Amino acid sequence: MARKLLLEHINVPGINKFDVYRQKGGYRAVEKALKTLTPDEVVEEVKKSGLRGRGGAGFPTGMKWSFLAKPEGVARYLVCNADESEPGTFKDRYLMTHIPHALIEGMIVSSFALGANTSYIYVRGEMMPQIRILEKAIAEAKNAGFLGKNILGTGYDLELYVQPGGGAYICGEETALLESLEGKRGNPRIKPPFPAIAGLYGCPTVVNNVESIAATVPIINDGGDEYAKIGIGRSTGTKLISASGNLVRPGVYEIDLGLPVEEFIYSDEYCGGIANGKRLKATVAGGSSVPILPANLTLKLANGEPRLMSYESLSEGGFATGSMMGSGGFIAFDEDQCIVRNTWNFSRFYHHESCGQCSPCREGTGWMEKVLHRIEYGHGKMSDIDLLVDVSKKIEGNTICPLGDAAAWPVASAIRHFRDEFEWHVKEPIKCLDTNYGLANYAEPIAKAEVTTGN
Amino acid sequence: MSDKVKVTIDGISVEVAPGTTILNAARQIGGDIVPPAMCYYSKLEGSGGKCRTCIVKVSKGSEKDPRPMPKLVASCRTTVMDGMEVLNITSPEVIEARSGVVEMLLINHPLDCPVCDQAGECDLQNLGYEHGLQKTRYEFERRTFERIDIGDKIQLHMNRCILCYRCVFTADQITNKRVHGILNRGDHSEISTYIQTAVDNDFSGNVIDVCPVGALTDKTFRFKNRVWFTKPIDAHRDCPTCSGKVTLWYKGEDVLRVTARKDIYGEVEEFICNTCRFDKKKTADWVIEHPTHISDTSVIASNHYETLRPLPVIQNNPQLQQANKVELEKTTKF
Repeated sequence: MARKLLLEHINVPGINKFDVYRQKGGYRAVEKALKTLTPDEVVEEVKKSGLRGRGGAGFPTGMKWSFLAKPEGVARYLVCNADESEPGTFKDRYLMTHIPHALIEGMIVSSFALGANTSYIYVRGEMMPQIRILEKAIAEAKNAGFLGKNILGTGYDLELYVQPGGGAYICGEETALLESLEGKRGNPRIKPPFPAIAGLYGCPTVVNNVESIAATVPIINDGGDEYAKIGIGRSTGTKLISASGNLVRPGVYEIDLGLPVEEFIYSDEYCGGIANGKRLKATVAGGSSVPILPANLTLKLANGEPRLMSYESLSEGGFATGSMMGSGGFIAFDEDQCIVRNTWNFSRFYHHESCGQCSPCREGTGWMEKVLHRIEYGHGKMSDIDLLVDVSKKIEGNTICPLGDAAAWPVASAIRHFRDEFEWHVKEPIKCLDTNYGLANYAEPIAKAEVTTGN
Repeated sequence: MSDKVKVTIDGISVEVAPGTTILNAARQIGGDIVPPAMCYYSKLEGSGGKCRTCIVKVSKGSEKDPRPMPKLVASCRTTVMDGMEVLNITSPEVIEARSGVVEMLLINHPLDCPVCDQAGECDLQNLGYEHGLQKTRYEFERRTFERIDIGDKIQLHMNRCILCYRCVFTADQITNKRVHGILNRGDHSEISTYIQTAVDNDFSGNVIDVCPVGALTDKTFRFKNRVWFTKPIDAHRDCPTCSGKVTLWYKGEDVLRVTARKDIYGEVEEFICNTCRFDKKKTADWVIEHPTHISDTSVIASNHYETLRPLPVIQNNPQLQQANKVELEKTTKF
């Protein structure tokens, strides 16, 4: 059993309280960082750890921190992106609900490293309970002298604020988040300038995911080198995976990066296989924005080697046969799920959440949604399938922010891998309403995987 | 380091001041290589980057870092670097992406040009003519909105809006009390003035001029005439609020409409006040300067003083043909 770093004490009763968290070794990282390290040394540790952004893009966190402009006399900000709204991802909510102090501790360490004296946690508006939990945790930490003026007598000041969002997916995009935090309409900004140069209120700003910030705690506690030993290649450390879909045991799991996907789905330690004894049809490996993969490509790379849960291995094969790590929202579909319906559902989400600022995304997401709706309900035409591919191509890469790409990829990949299912929907307009296409040959050639399912 | 940077667009080099955008560098070169712009407006700070029609390919980032940019970039918001090489009309990728954008802009546009006041001077019409498809592939109902009156002189017809945000920036710039903005999001977002509050400002009429489509129209001109039946004349008056430099649109003896003067990219030279725009519609109010120059390719030019058809005697005489080459070419174009 792999060592847990973030969720080590998750089952300790009352871990969301300051005292219990402190007893279990909490806030050691703050003491260590503030008392024995300089900010640059903290950044250096995070760089050494090889920690990569856990929010989706996988950009090395230490590198991002070192890009932060440090002009004299200008405030710097750290903003924690807790606007987790990707369908299939719920790891941050889990972390904030159960160990809020891990995030607060990470925020203090990271803010210290960046020299920020005011930091924000931007929480999705729908997560009201988590906002209350965080505010309570901040008050507790403040009482204990870990926040506020002159923390632990080191002369470092930090104020931490929780800001509820208005409940828009687009505000998870970092520049839209900053706009929203400033009290404006949450439209993504046009980059450059990047937030590291001109972010919140025009000041240099770093925006990090909840999990990335929480991961700095074990990095400081054990040292960056120790953290880098976990994982595989450039994917170091542990990652929270929110597993959902037709699994025996869906939930949030902390895995060492480099775990074989097959083991993650079928082993009893993790998801425990596909529910109701069915077979796996497809997976979305990293939240709804990443390309969907059929079962055979999920478990094996195109060259027959096992696919691992790591940034590199999941994206092995590019878009032709690969997917992405994304934010770690692992969705499994069994043989009775309809890919067309799922694609339509994702598309509907992106249509609803597009901010409407730039034209390809604003118009294209709605168009794709309507065409997919038509196919799903048996009014589709054969030409619609190519039309979808073409529209998704015209959105991809032509938009201000990555939401356009995120809307285009699931559609393009679903058609790439499941084209016959789409065609079947067009050919059988009546049958498709109450029958599903089934597994077809998506699981082949993984007869072997069937054996592992046996348990 | 010299204070000019060199940028090459479609093989044509130009030296521009640092900080210039690719679009403005292209405008300094001029001609066909200027990317079209639906949302960028040089007089409006912060505009641009939204419509994506001006996307270009940067095939060489700069002299220092020659890597190409991974994605197509919005030329109106990307500043040039020394040694940058940009492909616009010479890149099939750009042409295709742009036609994709135009298609997206048109799928929810009502295409009611026959009854739209903007027809003939509509940026979207020109863009669609140049880059669009002949047929639409969109087979669904287009989004519709109720018409809204913004004050008693301006009408907003959201059906036609392409959400370029130009009017929002104009309203932002001319007034501190912002009452003009965007409601909702995605393809159901709409320009609004919060429960139809009138934009109460001397310069509010300029939103009509900046609108690239027929979403914001002048109620004093609505359905009065087609623009190609009117003749634009530059004129000025001594106005206490604005510069008073306008274009009058004549039909016969009557001034049907007053607008600000626009340059070749359809941008107004100077904003004019509402008094000039809506209230001064008599020739006696104005000092006439000269006919406005209208591009030969514009439909308005077909009824214009500057386009003279060469007399038949010229058309038959080879020597005179040589002398009147330009005019003759125009005739064959029409």
